[in-house]
Amino acid sequence: MANKLVDLQNISKAYGDNVILDDLNLYIKENEFLTLLGPSGCGKTTTLRIIGGFETPDSGKVIFEGKDISKLPPNERQLNTVFQKYALFTHMTIAENIAFGLKIKNKSRQYIKDKIEYALKLVNLKGFENRSVDSLSGGQQQRIAIARAIVNEPKLLLLDEPLGALDLKLRQDMQYELIRLKNELGITFIYVTHDQEEALTMSDTIVVMNQGYIQQIGSPEDIYNEPQNAFVADFIGESNIIDGIFVQDEVVEICGKKFACVDKGFGNNTPVDVVIRPEDIDLVDPKEGTITGIVKSLLFKGVHYEMEVEANGRDWLVHSTDLSPVGAMVGIKVDPYDIQIMKKPESEDEEAVVNDEQ
Amino acid sequence: MVRKLSRRVYLTVMLIFLYAPILTLVVLSFNASKSRAKWGGFTLKWYKQLFSNEETLNALYTTLLIAFLSALIAVILGTLASIAMNSMKKKPRALLMAITNIPMLNADIVTGISLMLLFIFVNVVFRTRIRLGFTTVLLAHITFNIPYVILSVMPKLRQINKNTYEAALDLGASPIYAFYKVILPEIFPGILSGFLLAFTMSLDDFTITYFTTGPGIETLSTQIYTEVRKGIQPEIYALSTLMFAAVLLLLVFVNRKSAVKEKE
Repeated sequence: MANKLVDLQNISKAYGDNVILDDLNLYIKENEFLTLLGPSGCGKTTTLRIIGGFETPDSGKVIFEGKDISKLPPNERQLNTVFQKYALFTHMTIAENIAFGLKIKNKSRQYIKDKIEYALKLVNLKGFENRSVDSLSGGQQQRIAIARAIVNEPKLLLLDEPLGALDLKLRQDMQYELIRLKNELGITFIYVTHDQEEALTMSDTIVVMNQGYIQQIGSPEDIYNEPQNAFVADFIGESNIIDGIFVQDEVVEICGKKFACVDKGFGNNTPVDVVIRPEDIDLVDPKEGTITGIVKSLLFKGVHYEMEVEANGRDWLVHSTDLSPVGAMVGIKVDPYDIQIMKKPESEDEEAVVNDEQ
Repeated sequence: MVRKLSRRVYLTVMLIFLYAPILTLVVLSFNASKSRAKWGGFTLKWYKQLFSNEETLNALYTTLLIAFLSALIAVILGTLASIAMNSMKKKPRALLMAITNIPMLNADIVTGISLMLLFIFVNVVFRTRIRLGFTTVLLAHITFNIPYVILSVMPKLRQINKNTYEAALDLGASPIYAFYKVILPEIFPGILSGFLLAFTMSLDDFTITYFTTGPGIETLSTQIYTEVRKGIQPEIYALSTLMFAAVLLLLVFVNRKSAVKEKE
């Protein structure tokens, strides 16, 4: 796991005045499932295209297995890409599509035939060799695009929002399928998506990006439970981001009330951002709550109820499986380890990053 | 019932209006009598005469050669131009498309005269000795054919997913291999219909050819024009009938090809 397969060093890229990436540094370990996550225009696809060789960075280096491949054209890189809109060759059969890369490498007929059979079995489309591309559904086409890429036995597979065009149910099935494929093949995956749920489900490591900067790198649990700034907290799942004052270690003041927390070392009486996930707020009897409020709205979401509670001058978003009717007085209680403290943004730049998203 | 009948009648009248002139021509080409007012029995003698007329055969040869060469060269230039334009940004592409469309809308006589003037002008300024003749007619035909090629190739190029070419490179193809194996097959139907369109356009052009040709070089259309001035011979009916039949065949071929494609 320890080896760096890809190392991006000081990558910058701009189109005219429009800066896409600014001094980006990132490495991908061997056999890792790494996801670049962010809103559209955050630079995630450009990063992927730079690794694939379809864009050249204005400055910086792309190191692949210890070698600088920044200047190498895409056809000479030992990696393959699965594109968002499949990009299959429509005038060829499925078998010809899959054989495309192998024919260029002058593999023997028998080898190509075996490989096609193996790849189709792997993506659960056995017997599709002679079908035409147009006769396949979107999900099937995407599987063929994956098969076409993996028969070349790349060390690294780049996936550019491959499930973006599929419907929800199919997308969820394909997520399991991709995880299975990755485990069976032992290939490193770099996956680009704007869908936070997809990222949380599949990744070993998530890189949250915004406006050309990396906001946070970490495991799905880290990113979700301990977002480093308000952007990450807001982008990954729903959350209450509240202005607070860090009174002293393990005590934070929110809306004029002191809450117990587990964080230390932010400095006494320092303004901070406090993140509380909606599912971490417990609605209790008004007498037992740290603060009390009134339920303003109630939505049934299937798994849980979504409620807005007005308390101490702000709205709190609450997810709970227990129903509290609109107008009811409730107490709000949060366990200390469910309170996540973040430093206030230091520069105006960081502030802008956050504000633009809201 | 009445509605159905009136529909039939309308269609018949329409078709008569459209095809009566050509039908007359075809019938007269088989008329043994030289008179246009009298049916003298069925004959093929005008066709025989036509094919023993060396001037006409020469003109036919020139016409086909120019049509083929100009269509071929226009297809190559037009396809390359389309590829370049396709990779441009939206604004310059739209501008260039407009510029290439203008020659198609331009009156033939304006195109013809301006091309003639250009050839003479080039001779004067660069002291070259390009004589009006085969070369100038060919150049003129290439010029007015290119927009038709672009018009039929461009939509095919726009249809291609922009990742398709990248996918080929990604799988190890060199840029040239990717073009021949992936892009060319996808746009080939467009190239073929562009070629056939250019071929027919060149085949039936009179005005531009008339202004850019020189002594000794006649295409069928200029040949017919010259003969007509001497008085119309039934041979001309035969020749015109043959030209009509050729274009008709070409058209049927193109339409069937695209119909078959659509079925797939």
